[in-house]
Amino acid sequence: MTIQEALEKLRSKELSVTELVQAYLKRIETLEPKLNAYLTITKDFALEKARELDKKGDFGAPLAGIPMNLKDVVCTQGIRTTACSKILENFVPPYDAVVWQRLKKADCVLLGKTGTDEFTMGSSNENSAFGPVRNPWNREYVPGGSSGGPAASVIADETIFSIGTDTGGSIRQPASLCSCVGLKVTYGRVSRWGVIPYASSLDTIGPLTKTVEDAAIVLSVIAGQSEEDSTTPAVPVPDYAKCLRKSLKGKTVGIPEEFFKKGVEPETEKAVRDGIEVLKKLGAKVEKLSMPLVKYSIPTYYFIAKSEASTNLARYDGIRFGHATDKPIEELEDLYAKSRAEGFGEEVKRAIMLGTYALSAGYYDAYYLKAAKVRALMKQEYEKAFQTCDALITPTSPFPAFGIGEKMDDPIAMYSADTLTTSINLAGVCAMSVPAGFSKNGLPIGMQIIGPQFGEEKVLHVGYAFEQATEWHKKRPKLN
Amino acid sequence: MLTKDQVRHIAKLARLDLNETEIEKFTKQLSAILEHAEMLKEVNTEGVEPIAQITGLTNIQAGDEPRESTKSEALLECSPQPKKDGMIKVKNIF
Repeated sequence: MTIQEALEKLRSKELSVTELVQAYLKRIETLEPKLNAYLTITKDFALEKARELDKKGDFGAPLAGIPMNLKDVVCTQGIRTTACSKILENFVPPYDAVVWQRLKKADCVLLGKTGTDEFTMGSSNENSAFGPVRNPWNREYVPGGSSGGPAASVIADETIFSIGTDTGGSIRQPASLCSCVGLKVTYGRVSRWGVIPYASSLDTIGPLTKTVEDAAIVLSVIAGQSEEDSTTPAVPVPDYAKCLRKSLKGKTVGIPEEFFKKGVEPETEKAVRDGIEVLKKLGAKVEKLSMPLVKYSIPTYYFIAKSEASTNLARYDGIRFGHATDKPIEELEDLYAKSRAEGFGEEVKRAIMLGTYALSAGYYDAYYLKAAKVRALMKQEYEKAFQTCDALITPTSPFPAFGIGEKMDDPIAMYSADTLTTSINLAGVCAMSVPAGFSKNGLPIGMQIIGPQFGEEKVLHVGYAFEQATEWHKKRPKLN
Repeated sequence: MLTKDQVRHIAKLARLDLNETEIEKFTKQLSAILEHAEMLKEVNTEGVEPIAQITGLTNIQAGDEPRESTKSEALLECSPQPKKDGMIKVKNIF
């Protein structure tokens, strides 16, 4: 069900919130043994909120009675939040993240917390300490990552929508691999306060939904300045759902050819080129352009992301919160080193190692600083593209879902899954993945629509027009 | 190429007690990643200012007003270590 459909049924009293929530809890119970999308199911909490809303009978709030879930990096007061890491296995936050405060105020009903790669580091969900989420279209395949739980739960209709995080593609790539809509906002559009960080200069928070309109509705609730996060500027928040129903005539979409090069599978390329034809028929002008720096986005990204991760993760020291070793220790330093070695998984250790190296004396200039300069040039490249284009169209992922286990022992092959998404985070711009087709073996393909900083309206506008003209977003996996 | 000793040194800096299998694996993998990153040298960054804040914000300050914190006990409860007099008790530092 979409937000719009559910709101109509709730507001017309065709359904009570309790009935709706019970139906979702039942579906979760049936599907979870197959999908493993949820880490924690907040059944009692959801039913209590549902009863409260039914009793109040007021459906004026923008998301009143809508069942949803949060990726398990969004802190929820009194509800375990793990980042899918052993180091936070028993962590119960004493406060709510700003994004959850806002959703709560809009009267959402939380169904539970969904799976991610550990500390959001990964493109397949296999780095979770609590077992990988399965792709609902084919359970031998990965759902993508790191927001694999959010994406799988949305398309399997185990929730109406979900909130994920995107540092290098972690909302868009799983949305692409599972066939849902995934919106990565401009850096600073949504407050990060209370969300467990990966790389603070790249992290963003956004919705995964079944339609573009739903993404617009959720964004209007969660966007905007918050005093807890000094990187959220006072850019006004429009009613994003109001900007959708306009013609594409007079709009220009840019096609950066570098996004269709090496490594992009022919089926993916064809689906996206067909998508561009759809936009052309809707009246958009199509312009080819070149963005040569995109090819450097993976190394630029990993130096910046892993360096920031290594400093962010320094807080896990076995003292203030999280896992502490129970082995005998001599000195404080042993407590740090042992607790961290026991609590972190392999990809997180690899990130800390790479980041520590890139920031260490003698290497900082060659790696971190070099990457920060390339990043400056990449931002300029995007600014130039948006001088003539309203939005850019590319594939989201170079390939559809891959098999579980297929890329686990080759970090560079795994990082290549993010080839087409990381430059967007580096430039701080916004982008959305929308369903755009299927491979011949039935795996979803996503199309990425990129907009300038704080240009979410443009991205949503193009996405909505595309969605109205195609049927891809209506397809659902067979799960029985 | 990184050596195993370099990787051991990085692990020490990162406060990670890695075993020999991990040291060996990371020596290979980190070397491969650094080799792949050599391509960044192709980009001319002479005279380019590195990015500090991607949407251009500078010096955002919070008002210097004291506020009551209601969370100190709850935050202290998160610690896995023994507590005494509202503080966390830790091992010797030296």
